[in-house]
Amino acid sequence: MTSASPQKPRFTLLSMLGLALLVLVLVALSWWMGQQAYHWLPVQASTAAPLVDGLFSFETAVGTFVFGGVVAVMIWVVLMHRAEKYDETDAEPIEGNTKLEVIWTAIPFVLVMAIAVYAIRVNTSLGVLGPMEHIHQDNPAEEIGGYPGDRLPAEAIEVVARQWSWEFRYPAANVSSTELHLAVDEPVTFRLVSEDVLHGFFVPAFRLKQDVVPGRAINFNLTPTREGRYRLRDSQFSGTWFAANQADVVVESGDAHAAWLKQAEKLPLQSGISDAVDEYAARAKKANPGWATVPPAPPPQVNVPGSNNLPHDA
Amino acid sequence: MTLATFPASEPKPSWTRYFSFNTDAKVIGIQYIVLAFFFFLIGGLLAMIIRGELITPEADLVDRTVYNGIYTMHGTIMLFLFIFPVLNGLNNLLIPTMIGAPDMAFPRLNAVAFWLVPIFGTLLIASFFVPGGPAYSGWWSYPPVSVQNPLGHLVNGQGMWLTAVALSGVSSIMGAVNFVTTIIRMRAPGMTWFRMPVFCWTALAAQSLQLIGLPALTGGAIMLLFDLVAGTTFYDPSGGGDPVLYQHFFWFYSHPAVYVIILPVFGIFSELFPVYARKPLFGYVYVSLASFIIVGLGLIVWVHHFFTSGVPQWMRNLFMVNTMLISVPTGVKVFAWLGTLWRGKIRLTTPMLFCLGGLFNFVFAGITGVMLATVPVDIHVSNTYFVVGHFHYVIYGAAVMGIFAAIYHWFPKFIGRMPYEGLGKLHFLLTFIGANLNFLPMHPLGLMGMPRRVSSYDPEFAFWNVLASLGAFLLGVSIIPFLLNMISSWIRGPKSTHNPWNAIGLEWLLPSPPAEDNFGEHVPVVISKPYGYGLGKPLVEHQAEIEQALTAAELQESSR
Repeated sequence: MTSASPQKPRFTLLSMLGLALLVLVLVALSWWMGQQAYHWLPVQASTAAPLVDGLFSFETAVGTFVFGGVVAVMIWVVLMHRAEKYDETDAEPIEGNTKLEVIWTAIPFVLVMAIAVYAIRVNTSLGVLGPMEHIHQDNPAEEIGGYPGDRLPAEAIEVVARQWSWEFRYPAANVSSTELHLAVDEPVTFRLVSEDVLHGFFVPAFRLKQDVVPGRAINFNLTPTREGRYRLRDSQFSGTWFAANQADVVVESGDAHAAWLKQAEKLPLQSGISDAVDEYAARAKKANPGWATVPPAPPPQVNVPGSNNLPHDA
Repeated sequence: MTLATFPASEPKPSWTRYFSFNTDAKVIGIQYIVLAFFFFLIGGLLAMIIRGELITPEADLVDRTVYNGIYTMHGTIMLFLFIFPVLNGLNNLLIPTMIGAPDMAFPRLNAVAFWLVPIFGTLLIASFFVPGGPAYSGWWSYPPVSVQNPLGHLVNGQGMWLTAVALSGVSSIMGAVNFVTTIIRMRAPGMTWFRMPVFCWTALAAQSLQLIGLPALTGGAIMLLFDLVAGTTFYDPSGGGDPVLYQHFFWFYSHPAVYVIILPVFGIFSELFPVYARKPLFGYVYVSLASFIIVGLGLIVWVHHFFTSGVPQWMRNLFMVNTMLISVPTGVKVFAWLGTLWRGKIRLTTPMLFCLGGLFNFVFAGITGVMLATVPVDIHVSNTYFVVGHFHYVIYGAAVMGIFAAIYHWFPKFIGRMPYEGLGKLHFLLTFIGANLNFLPMHPLGLMGMPRRVSSYDPEFAFWNVLASLGAFLLGVSIIPFLLNMISSWIRGPKSTHNPWNAIGLEWLLPSPPAEDNFGEHVPVVISKPYGYGLGKPLVEHQAEIEQALTAAELQESSR
């Protein structure tokens, strides 16, 4: 067994080779896990997504290395440093090693600071690309600063969150909908308001999330980059039908988007999508409906209800 | 020095003391632990209903209102009625015996702190039966949802919840005053700071955090209660208040609360690894001080819980860096444990298995924790199942496994009987597999974008949810061998000697179970550092005589 007597040299050639092999295997495994990490995330549909995913992949690789290293040591000691049966004696009393302690303070410090620097850089780029939140009535220059000067979005899409529905208003086109339509590769600003409680504006495919806070209008910018149909999910617990408070986001070409707006304008106002309203009605008929709930707000009156049960990309 | 004699003829104290206002810390400790496991079973039952609902995408097992009440009460019960009480139970058993004190500094305050637990526990459970049901706004109780009060009654689930949480805060503050005072003032002669066991270091750190943090939560909860029942507008924007303010109050305590939970578990790991590896704790001084670095940093990270609620960029970056720095002192501890195990003589007893499993889970949780600290990744995964997975790896995977390790390790000392190894190992195996099967799938779910707290979800999330539910049911089963083991070994397990694990520490120089006043007048004088495995130095003066007296008393007892 390896429980060598203290006189033996600690680092034989063989043990150094073994250690080098372990590190090599761990590096390869970490790199592979870093690549796998991209597949655990939804499709990338905004300018923010590749930046976030890159950081996540890096963190997965570093994390795999650390986790693998610790687990390798644990497996090694459990297999190789077990007390023999009936061996009641103590092991060699090593009380510490200052050099080692300094090293293993420095290594995590350097690792997390590397991750922090990377993350701060991603944060800064995300701010430049637009998804930083800007609270209304802040310095207007800062709001504009979220965009390259020549691509300022013409208008803000107003997002109204309620218990439990999402309503999207396009003020210039005079259109409203319960399905969010966006033009691909066009920066867009949302003006997020809540009429009742906290909600969260979360589109996983965009990798972005912003709480909608009652009493504030929060400006929120992003640029979709991939056509498709995605889910918008309420991400801040908002009461009984929180789970059902979802909407579809359709990212389409600029032409298709213009056509959609033009067509939508002509449609009469009708009840938009609210799963909560439907479920609430069904629930009222039950003999034992459950515990008390706030009644859902009436469905918003919109030009286009859209759909929230078509197949979606993410 | 006169040696304590241990008369074998001492009358057996009555079991009814466990149901009375008793001021003996060892009775209170067992009261805390048994009561905590009673609530653990209730909280666990609620978890089974949650996972039963989530095994299918539709909301079909219970009504959505019921689901929301159940997940809220699961979190609340597990934190305020299981994990804090069970840790306070361990503090009560271990702190006085480890430092050689006869009892806690304020025994009556100690009993009051304990008896508040069944009071607010009853209040919380009673909220299931008031019109409208219990609180349903999550264990964070963010306003405005938490002040909506759909029925408009003065007595409502949310109000009872807030009263219970405020009482829990009062109870914990009383406990913290007691633990801190006891550790500072009542250590055995010769037990200098750097001869104190690491468990006491971590308890001191954790209880200091309670003293600093709890007033914020308790005050914040009382203000929320006023908003709910008295019409104030502290958190209501229409009256000039701000809902985000509550998030600051809540997390200013509730993030450090996680360290209140995990620090004593670090203490347990630091106590047990040396015993079962037969080596001194690697870097004892550094490990002890790291707890206080964690306390300092733990107090300045709370904003990372709401990066998405409208926090300026500079604050996001600041709190991100603070959070990531915590991994440095924590990493130091992990490496110190590995250093302790290295070239040891490992014994895979039940407590050791729980420690190793807990360490494995903790390292995994630490890595997802660093991911969560970085703002861009956090923005994607915050309020998703990724966070739920991370949190449960910390709390169940690491903390609860560490607590089980502590129970198996110190059970012989305080009950006087040995738990069964076979049942213990079965319990470990089911817990380790169940926890990983339950909580690992939550990470891919969160990355895919499944929000937490949902009673229904899109079909693409079904696969991982089924796995998680199966893991949860396995965890539910895992508690059966534990309960069987505890009950049967308490009643008729083999009698334990004073030191069945051959461990070093003042508590192992007491008979099992110890007398009511522990060492009484004859507190031994500590002459060396703890964890002197393999060094051959006695821990206290006259150690050989003390052990001889204990063994003689045990022989006399067994021959009768």
